[in-house]
Amino acid sequence: MYVAVKGGEQAILSSYQLLDQQRRGDPSVPELSIVQIRQQMKLAVDRVMTEGSVFDPELAALAIKQACGDLVEAIFLLRAYRATLPRLGSTQPLDTSKMVLDRRISATFKDLPGGQVLGPTYDYTQRLLDFSLLAMSEPSSTIDDPNLRAQREDENFSPRVIDLLNREGLIETHQATQNDPTPFDLTRQPVRFPADRSTRLQNLARGDEGFLLAMAYSTQRGYANSHPFVGEIRLGSVEIALIPEELGFAISIGDIEITECQMINQFAGSKTEPPQFTRGYGLAFGHSERKAMAMSLVDRALRAAELGELVQSPAQMPEFVLSHSDSLEASGFVQHLKLPHYVDFQSELELVRKMRASPLQTPTLNDESGDEHAE
Amino acid sequence: MLNKSKTSTPLEKLVDSHENQAVDQHFNFAYLDERTKRMIRRAILKAVAIPGYQVPFGSREMPLPYGWGTGGIQVTASVIGPSDVLKVIDQGSDDTVNAVNIRRFFQRTTNVEITTQTQAATLIQTRHRIPEMALTEDQIIIYQVPVPEPMQRLEPRERETRSLHGLAEYGLMHVKLYEDIARYGHIATTYDYPVLVNHRYVMAPSPIPKFDNPKMHMNPALQLFGAGREKRIYAVPPYTAVESLGFEDYPFEIQRWDAPCELCGSRDSFLDEVITNDQGGRIFVCSDSDYCESQQNDAESSSGSTTPSGLKHD
Repeated sequence: MYVAVKGGEQAILSSYQLLDQQRRGDPSVPELSIVQIRQQMKLAVDRVMTEGSVFDPELAALAIKQACGDLVEAIFLLRAYRATLPRLGSTQPLDTSKMVLDRRISATFKDLPGGQVLGPTYDYTQRLLDFSLLAMSEPSSTIDDPNLRAQREDENFSPRVIDLLNREGLIETHQATQNDPTPFDLTRQPVRFPADRSTRLQNLARGDEGFLLAMAYSTQRGYANSHPFVGEIRLGSVEIALIPEELGFAISIGDIEITECQMINQFAGSKTEPPQFTRGYGLAFGHSERKAMAMSLVDRALRAAELGELVQSPAQMPEFVLSHSDSLEASGFVQHLKLPHYVDFQSELELVRKMRASPLQTPTLNDESGDEHAE
Repeated sequence: MLNKSKTSTPLEKLVDSHENQAVDQHFNFAYLDERTKRMIRRAILKAVAIPGYQVPFGSREMPLPYGWGTGGIQVTASVIGPSDVLKVIDQGSDDTVNAVNIRRFFQRTTNVEITTQTQAATLIQTRHRIPEMALTEDQIIIYQVPVPEPMQRLEPRERETRSLHGLAEYGLMHVKLYEDIARYGHIATTYDYPVLVNHRYVMAPSPIPKFDNPKMHMNPALQLFGAGREKRIYAVPPYTAVESLGFEDYPFEIQRWDAPCELCGSRDSFLDEVITNDQGGRIFVCSDSDYCESQQNDAESSSGSTTPSGLKHD
């Protein structure tokens, strides 16, 4: 005799325990500390902060630990935490020309004021497994060049490539909006279409790196050809300033590490605009170059309509990109298929049986006699 | 009669210590902060004022995943008060894992009374079913909605569907139903069957079986719909006309079963098919577990009569 399924609660409680065990692994192996994750899995921490929209390496590391290394799950944890935080104010716009740079490269100019600074990058590593790491070896030497640090701390040393091009009038300019109005906050209000560029950039900044990478890649393979050049990628720390209402002037509240990408794209010109270069913009917390580059390509592709280009590829369609970029939304909805669907499935079962029994059934469904149906 | 669980099993105690009960004190009543609740209540009021219209709202990232009931949870969290009695069902049952999980969430964050009995509840959060027992004016039913836009599968662009709603231009939907008839001889939509609310807006009733659609019509309870991922709230106020779309010659009709419920003998409730062995054996049982239980109890108390005393709902 069938007994209605019971015990869901017990099952959930037990699954918590199993999950804890899985996360901890073999207890004879020392437990990971948050500091270790923060220090030794920096790029994972940076991605979780970027897509989790919270600059807090410690909490990001905690989320990674709790999520057993699943970064999308860690991003979810951080976002859920963020949702309940009060909004204290908006910072002043970041001045990335005043960044203290750790890395700065331009693919458009061989040399430029401030120079090319390779910095820490996997770009020119040879991707051979380093078996010395198996033996937990420490790096053989560290760089501590006082000249390098002096350069880094000379704030006005490295103007942005975009600003250099700007002097010739060859690249589009964006006028800062008057009175610096409070930007639309897509974490407080739902996105409506058409979405303005600042809203789109917010969405892309929080968007899943894998999704943006694929979208950006598609623009390079003929689905919205945007002829991009890396004007500049810069990695470093930048000051955050806030004007408290009671003071009325800006005070610095600290530095954050960011990656900024300015992509330069050809533009043939239109009836109103002369031929010039246009821009795509990417910004991410920490060291997140792949993300910042993908973001800048997609940002530019999404400007197609504004620039009078033909909109025919997914990467150029704001509703397509912005509605599917968020890993929480995508992961949640894809994985909700694990939830029970007995009722809907029962309804579909009835329907399919009815269709097979029906005289009007289509040839594709007509493979055998209807003696299987339940009636 | 209420299943309020004040005593914890040893396992629960363990899990509570694991989850660190102090954490619960870090959150406001029903988790959301009061400003967020107010924002959601405003959206609900607008939704009630324009029955069937999808009101955009600033959906928050909840501690449960999008697609798992975050819209319903946010609506429940903004209307729930300490004196409410909450029932949470999924597929008609109080004991499916996601219903259990959502109920636990509200137990942890509100400590309100919990029930599995439809008539004892003041708030019912549901996924995919409307209880068989008729609702009353004192109740609010909150639907979890995955896709609030009834035309999304026909026209994925929100800008387009928004203007179709604005113009009350629902030809697209009627053509879809007509094509079903032309192809299959009947309308081939079995759940999330589109309805016209208050003679104005076509609305997705959420993926309830079309069997449940007639229960929405002129229902005395307030019906609220929350779609967290899609950031929309809509409503059907009490005693509002809800008409399932159809044609004069091919009217809307609901599913019927040839067999009664194996457990309670009901012929009036939505039945789930349960496979009992690998030789094709199957039985049908009520999807609404509380209804089924009360039918069984009634049958026992009324001198062994097996005739169900279920409510008619047409």
